[in-house]
Amino acid sequence: MLISDIQKEIIEEFAGLGEWMERYNYLIDLGKNLPMIDQAFRNDDYLIRGCQSRVWLNAELRDGIVYFTADSDAIITKGIAALMIRVFTGHTPAEIIAADLGFIDEIGLKEHLSPTRSNGMVSMINQMRYYAMAYQAKQQK
Amino acid sequence: MTDFPILKIRSDFPILSQMVYGKPVAYLDNGATTQKPIRMIEAIDKIHREQNASIHRSVNFLSDKMTSLYEEARTTVQNFIGAPKTSQIIFTSGATGSINLVAFSFGESILKAGDEIILSTMEHHSNIVPWQMACERKGASLKIIPVTDIGELDIEAYKNLFSDRTRIVAVTHVSNVLGTINPVKEIVQIAHSHGVPILLDGAQAVQHEPVNVADLDCDFYAFSGHKIYGPTGIGVLYGKEEWLERLPPYQGGGDMIDQVTFEKTTYNVLPFKFEAGTTNFIGAIGMAESMNYLSSIGLENIQRYEQQLRDYAIQKLGAIPQLRMYGTSEHKAAVFSFILNNVHPYDTGLIIDKYGVAVRTGTHCAMPLMQRFGIHGTVRASFCFYNTMEEVDRLCDALNAVLDLMG
Repeated sequence: MLISDIQKEIIEEFAGLGEWMERYNYLIDLGKNLPMIDQAFRNDDYLIRGCQSRVWLNAELRDGIVYFTADSDAIITKGIAALMIRVFTGHTPAEIIAADLGFIDEIGLKEHLSPTRSNGMVSMINQMRYYAMAYQAKQQK
Repeated sequence: MTDFPILKIRSDFPILSQMVYGKPVAYLDNGATTQKPIRMIEAIDKIHREQNASIHRSVNFLSDKMTSLYEEARTTVQNFIGAPKTSQIIFTSGATGSINLVAFSFGESILKAGDEIILSTMEHHSNIVPWQMACERKGASLKIIPVTDIGELDIEAYKNLFSDRTRIVAVTHVSNVLGTINPVKEIVQIAHSHGVPILLDGAQAVQHEPVNVADLDCDFYAFSGHKIYGPTGIGVLYGKEEWLERLPPYQGGGDMIDQVTFEKTTYNVLPFKFEAGTTNFIGAIGMAESMNYLSSIGLENIQRYEQQLRDYAIQKLGAIPQLRMYGTSEHKAAVFSFILNNVHPYDTGLIIDKYGVAVRTGTHCAMPLMQRFGIHGTVRASFCFYNTMEEVDRLCDALNAVLDLMG
């Protein structure tokens, strides 16, 4: 599935949700269901430094495709991380680099992504792209 | 408390009638910044419309008027904290600015390699980092007063930290995280018994209880305007005259000089020696207006009412079994840091925000204190005299909703 199609799917899912309570509930469920990152990656080397909630992110490249896993100590942050992974994982580095993340605005999550929220989400998205860029650079060698 | 005019007081703060997410805001983030009374807002508005001109410099009607308002503000601050002289009141950008001033000027003139500075585990970063920077410049080191499990300073350990290399002590009056009101008078006496001067960080104290710097006998006292219902970007450093005379200027610029030639500059007298450039004079006047407002209500009355809020909150928050409180000293302001079992403070803060309850979450600029308790952050609800018992209830209801949601 294309990154843009996955985003469309998420937008449709959120459109079916009501007020903030349902949205948070949905994110909390996503967070709870996100497969935990391998314990080996839940350390400072994989920590994305946000001010409040901590996010650990790992990426692997298999057959030209990037796979992400993540974890957070805050459940809503973890839910958002689950969304990001759903959008990005299973794609090529080039697709990840080129992706426009319009869905964030559309599902009302933009406030969670302002740098002042300090929840590490902006850094997480940046880090996912950095992984993709690094893999792409490696492939081109 | 029936005689505390809470409704009148709330009506003095326009922002308190704001609705957030369709609910009246329960503003419980007063440790971060306080809301502004209408008479301060109007005073600042009036100055901008009718009186603004540069202080201390120009020969014109407006400038003279502005200068006298600014110097009256200094007198208001002097009286508010019981300083012996107006020349001991230095206007700064805030408590951070005040502490940086002392850490720099003291560090440059007094500190030598091998010297020691005593701080405590419960300091705000603004009372840690400036001293650390001074230590790095001078080769000095920090000695840290430990904090007990209930969040009090370990006074016996403090006594043992002194050596013949101790040059200064810098301790907070009230903890911004735990709410602990430190026994500062005793702490000052202990420092002085070793012949060591002491700075008190009063950023979380001056707005909650009457403070008298002469009675405390501290050598320096620092606080911020925006936490005492005044504007942002203004603060105060009080200092004992002998220290302020002895320390070199912090920043150079206009107004702080006596004579300038390219060979040598001589400095202005106190307090102007430490007020380089155009200060935030309108901010100073606004802060003084807020102090006058507080004085009209009475700091003792404010303190008594806030103690009742505190006691009620202790009882109500204590009834939530999943809530772990950090800072349970008897000597405590109405500041509550806590964690709900298995719920990240960030999640708690996000959700109760939607109930119109404004708190702060995170490390509260006190990472060493977080490390002391082995945590990464807390939820902090900090009350003041315009808060109500009903807002305590709203906080608790919202916290129970979080627990339900997180199930």
